[in-house]
Amino acid sequence: MSVNEISSWIVGIIVLIGAILSLVSAVGLVRLPDIYTRSHAATKAATLSVMLVLLGTFLFFAVIEDLVSARILLGIVFVFITAPVGGHLISRAAYHSGVSLWDRSTQDQLHAKKKKHGSS
Amino acid sequence: MSFQLLINLVMAVIWMFMNDAWTFASFISGYAIGLVIVYFLRAFFPHRFYFLGIMATIKLLFIFLRELVLSTVEVVGQILRPKLNITPGIFAMDIELEKNWEITVLSCLITLTPGTLVVDVSPDNKTLYIHAMDLPDVEKAKKDIKNTFEKAIQEVSRT
Repeated sequence: MSVNEISSWIVGIIVLIGAILSLVSAVGLVRLPDIYTRSHAATKAATLSVMLVLLGTFLFFAVIEDLVSARILLGIVFVFITAPVGGHLISRAAYHSGVSLWDRSTQDQLHAKKKKHGSS
Repeated sequence: MSFQLLINLVMAVIWMFMNDAWTFASFISGYAIGLVIVYFLRAFFPHRFYFLGIMATIKLLFIFLRELVLSTVEVVGQILRPKLNITPGIFAMDIELEKNWEITVLSCLITLTPGTLVVDVSPDNKTLYIHAMDLPDVEKAKKDIKNTFEKAIQEVSRT
């Protein structure tokens, strides 16, 4: 097999894994019970899936088309930095506007703390 | 750290001046020689040899990537399980880090760790409130992992 053939296999596998992960995190958004567990699915699996698809695109253009695109690398870095912050902000906003946890949750140590300081 | 880096860059430029060779290869060789010189003069700087800080940063980056892959595998496993068997909860964790950027990096790391998500940081920067996806079997192990994270971040910011 030539180099191009091998690398196109690798690119295909990477993009496929990214797409499957994206599907799984969408399933997680439907299946999981409350907003906090949903944002687990949305921050982790979705971040990695977008990064993998972008990485596959980068490798495809770099190896097969001979075109190194720095913008895709920058996109990977930006997604990597901003996704956890987005998940944190959404769940924090949800908590402070009073969205309750799932009823099978075992403990809530932030609740006691918030009671003590009054609702902010 | 940035001061030593600046000195090293100036040494590389001086090397290029002395050789009158304005190429990238000449810059690299000048930088390598400057690195050796800074290493032998490290006793005169107030902080530690700056390359150690760079190595610690790279190590932190690899921890980030490894945790992202591990946490994705774990979340996918929880989602695709036929019967949902999780016990979520929010627990508090005390941290020793003080600077704001350290706390930010630690919360990003925790958010990308298997099964945990930072919900709130206390106003005095002493406590993180973390939502865990599966609490009973995780909390103890999580504290260990976070101790390694805190160690890695302290290693970067040590002077």
